[in-house]
Parts: sequence; structure tokens; C-alpha cells
Amino acid sequence: MIKMSARSDCSKREATLIRTLAVVFALVTVSFFIMILGHNPISVYISMMDGAFGTGYRLLETLRKSVPLIITSIGISLAFRLKFWNIGAEGQIMMGAMGAAFIALNFPQLPAIILLPLMAFTAMISGGIWGLIPAYFKARWKTNETIFTLMMNYIALKFITYLQYGPWKDPAALGFPKIPNFSQNAVLPDIFGLHAGWVIAIILVILSHIFINYTQPGYEIEVVGGSENTGRYAGMNVNKIIILTIFASGSICGLSGMIEASGVNRTLSVEITRGVGYTAIITSWLSYLKAPVIPIVCILFASMIQGGTFIQMAFQIPQSAAQILQGAILFFVLGSEFFIRYKISFVKQNIPEA
Amino acid sequence: MDASFFTAAVVAGTPLLYAILGEVITEKAGNLNLGVEGMMLIGAVVGFKVALITQNPWLSLGGAMIAGGIAALIYALLTVSLRANQVVTGLTLTIFGTGFSSFMGKNLMGEVVPDNIKLAFADFPLPLLSHIPVLGQVFFNQGILVYGGYIATILAGLYLYNTQIGLNLRAVGENTAAADAAGIKVSLYKYIHIIIGGVLCGLAGAYLSLVYIPSWQENVTAGRGWIAVALVIFCKWNPYRVLVGAFLFGGLDIIGFRLQKYSFYISQYLIDMLPYLVTIIILIVVSARKSISGLPPANLGDSYFREER
Repeated sequence: MIKMSARSDCSKREATLIRTLAVVFALVTVSFFIMILGHNPISVYISMMDGAFGTGYRLLETLRKSVPLIITSIGISLAFRLKFWNIGAEGQIMMGAMGAAFIALNFPQLPAIILLPLMAFTAMISGGIWGLIPAYFKARWKTNETIFTLMMNYIALKFITYLQYGPWKDPAALGFPKIPNFSQNAVLPDIFGLHAGWVIAIILVILSHIFINYTQPGYEIEVVGGSENTGRYAGMNVNKIIILTIFASGSICGLSGMIEASGVNRTLSVEITRGVGYTAIITSWLSYLKAPVIPIVCILFASMIQGGTFIQMAFQIPQSAAQILQGAILFFVLGSEFFIRYKISFVKQNIPEA
Repeated sequence: MDASFFTAAVVAGTPLLYAILGEVITEKAGNLNLGVEGMMLIGAVVGFKVALITQNPWLSLGGAMIAGGIAALIYALLTVSLRANQVVTGLTLTIFGTGFSSFMGKNLMGEVVPDNIKLAFADFPLPLLSHIPVLGQVFFNQGILVYGGYIATILAGLYLYNTQIGLNLRAVGENTAAADAAGIKVSLYKYIHIIIGGVLCGLAGAYLSLVYIPSWQENVTAGRGWIAVALVIFCKWNPYRVLVGAFLFGGLDIIGFRLQKYSFYISQYLIDMLPYLVTIIILIVVSARKSISGLPPANLGDSYFREER
């Protein structure tokens, strides 16, 4: 018979090995899928890598796609540490981008040195408020935050659609429903060929690592995330911690929206997030909510997205193959956790003699 | 507003009905599956694909249901056998399902459901019942899948509250350890009911792509799976109340479109927010006044591991 027991002897190396194996299994499983479609999985994977890292331009594109993913993952993992299942990043990004666009469109003549920080500030407030609303009700009445934050995504999407087709529609676009482009002052400058968002991403990774591990509020988040009651007995204001943390989480996601709107799209549109809010849930979970791991996982995922657009051209495999691959990887890693936490042994069943 | 609005509300509420029922049954086993949206999308695309290939309505529905069941099986494997976090696994299933349906649906854009399938699901009045004034027109002059929804609701209610297996199932959700001690095969119960939930979600998706729209549209669910998860709370985990929740939201779903007729101007996009806003309001109201009768199964969301008690 199979016997399972909890284990605590799993070394870090062994755990990494198990997780790597899980990723390999995921790749193999998706290979079968690719084979059914009539392609050679190895050449598809190679061409994916080529599409993501093959040339300087492609590498830059991969990094460009990883910036919003990194920033959003940092934001989401802050909430996840509290066991607050914030899946509203998508809406928080959109509202952040909306806040930034509001400033950019109304004050296009301000010098960049004032305009950009003002856009970032407004974006963080808008994204933060979008997170604050469900957080308030979670703290007050334990209202289910998963569904709440998700509904907020759809409301944000409808709101941006309303702006794009209504009051913010560019009159110069000859009836085409688009929001006007930002002025040059409202566009993030390039640093080494990539918009300055990557610098912000690096700073946020470092700050969030320090915040979680070396500050009092960071410690309080850990405690409350582990058990709300422990926090309460220790005299912490649990509700305040929940509300402030989720506000911060939403602000960071909002900032990611500002960077996309200003650095990449140079306008606001309903497609601003490109699903980053959902992908970042996977990446933050795969990073075990650890800030230093987040950039690695995010660049890997961005390379899958970038490589996905490449194989679409090369093999006519739809781009969404990347999404399937990402889902499969997370499935396998989630499953592999079991083998890190539990030991399985085969023991002979002793049949008592009559 | 005329009776045709309510007739249309029942049609729009039917996919919700199946999805909510599926999630109620899953949650009764103590598992919170947030993959409803994903399973619906998988069902929608598989049902549509099978419809185009076989031109057979029943094979299409069967395919969608099997696909939904397989998706739920992945979730069950991870959360029941491997004790993975239910929230994250469900979310992943939704992300995976969204990718899967957009992948499979890439070449289906603009395709239309074959006429014979449309015909199979077309409205037909039920004898006698359809002659009841107003109600007959609203509830009993519908397609076979709408009637199927009524039957599924009643069956689920009888199953949960009037059979031994249903009682056992509720025990698994309420107190897994006690159910285990009483000799109930906990894992088997969880697997079976999670899969039933997936089958119903697959059917809900197929209803959207085959009957409700009936042509291929990317992301055909538009958040209905998530609304279904929220409505489980509104319906207090009671199948009979699912009828109310589903049709109420069916009405909200179509109200924006209907209001356009009356030519007073509110942007369509703002009216489209209604179902999501109302869902939030319901969540808040339900959480603000928690009554004993409206509580979730006590062990909902917990992994069960016998040796860890």
C-alpha cells in the first residue's frame, strides 16, 4: 500500500530539482499537443527561443514585455502574502493607465519632469483606489475579494471602453474610436534603448525585497497573512494592515499601467493590459512571492509571449499557444509541491495472522 | 416592459443556471473551483468544433460536457490527490481554459452553427403548461436546453437533500474528517462531484456558443463564469434558489440591449456594467448580514489529509 507522510527534510536543492522537473514535464506534455497539430515540438520550442532572444531587437521586445509583468507581479505578491486573492490587477492596471492618461491629455504642455511624476502619482492613486474598495469590504465584512476584484476588472474595462468610444474619443481620428496620442512630454524617455520602466521595475524589486524582509510593516504582513488571529493577539490592527497593503498592491499595478500607457502605447486603449493582470498571477505564484525570483520568472514568461508571436508567423500556430504553455507549467509546478511537502513510501501491508 | 423581456431573460439565464448548479455541487464536496470561466470556455469551443465536424447536436453537447469534465478532472487531481491550493489551481484552470479556447477557436472566427443543430435546440411549447397565461410564454415555450435546466435543478435538489449519497456529500463538505471517520470515501466523493461540476460548466459553455450566440465569438463567456461563482453565494448553496439567481441575472444581462429601444440615452457601455455592479452589491449585502442558513460548507477550500488532523 502507498503511505504518505509530511516531510520537512526536503532540501532547497531537492526542491529546486523537483520544480525544474515539473517544468520539463509541462514542456513534454505540451509537446504532445504540438505533435497532434502536426508540428515538430523541438523545432517549435527552438524557434520560440529564437523569437524571444535571437536578435537584439527580439531581446529588447522580450524585456519590454517583461517590465509590466515584473511590476504587476510585485504588486500582486504583496496582496497574496496577506492571502488576499487579488485578481483585480487587470482592472488596477487599466485604472492606473486611465489616471495617467487623464493628466497626459489635460496638461500636455507641462514639462516632462513635472508631467511624468504627476502621471505616475495619479496612476498609483487610481490603481490604489481600485484595490482599496474590495479591501475595505474584505476588512469590514470579510466580503469575498476574489470575485469582488474580478468584477472590478470588468467594470474598469467597460469604463475605458466608454471613454474610448465616448467622451475621450479623438476627434482627429475621423470617427475611428481611439483616444488621442500623448504629447512628447508625457512619454517615458528611453534608457539604453528601452523605456525607463525597466529601471522602475528594478527599483521596485529591491524595495519590495527590503520591505518584506527588513521592515516592521513587512513583518506584520507576514504575520497577518499566516494567521489573522495571531496578528490580532499580537496587538496589530489587522484591518488597517489589509487596507493599506491592498492599496499599495493596487498602486503598484496602477503604476504598471502608467508605464505601459506612457512608455509603450503612448495612449490609452482597451487593449492596454494585454492580459498582464492575469499572467502576473501565475508568475507571482511561480516565484513563490519572492521578489528576487520574480524578474527571472517574468522574463521567462515574457519570452514565451514574445516567442509565441514568433511561432505564429513561422508555424501558423496561434499565439495563444503561449497561454496554454504557461497554464500547463503552473499546473505541473502546483502538482509538484506535493512531492516537496510529502513523502511517499511503499510499505507492505501486514496482514495479521488468524 | 413586455413578456418577451422575461422570455429572453430565461434564455440568457440558462447558461448561468447550469454553471451555478455545477459550482454548487462542487462546493458541496468542499472544493472551491474558480475555474468555472475556463471550463465554460473549453466547453464552448469543443461543443462548437464538434458541431461543425459532426453536424450532430447531441454529440456536440456530449463533447462539450466531456471536455468540461476532463478540465475538472485536472483540477481534482491537483487539489484532491496532490493537495494543491484550490484558489490558485482554479485560477490557473481559468487562464488555461481561456488560452485553450482562443487557441482552438482561432480558425472558427465567423463560423455559424449548422441549421439542423439550431433546429434541434429551437423553441417548442410544452403541451398544457405553455397555455398558462404569461408564465407559459415565459417559461414553457423555450428550447430543450432550457427545460433541461429546470430538470437539472430539480434533480440536483432531490439528490442533495433527499438521498443518502447527497447527505454523505454534504457531510464531506461540512466536516471532512467526520465524514472520513464515518467510512465515506472522501476522495471518491470529491472527484465525482468536481467532475459533475465540470460537466455542467461545459454544458453551460456549449449553450452559449451553440444556442445563445450561435456563431463563434472569442471569449464568449464574458465573465459569466465568474458571475456564476458569485451567484453560488447569492443562492446560498441551494439548487432551488439557483433558478431565481440565474434568471434574475439573465435579465440584467439583456437589460442594456433592451433599454436601447426606449431611446433615452445612457451609454451602452455604462449599462453593460450592471451585472458586474449588481454582483458586487450582492456580495457585500450577503457578507454584511451573515445568516446561519446562508453559510458555505464549513470545510470549503480546505485540503484534506487524513494524517494531518
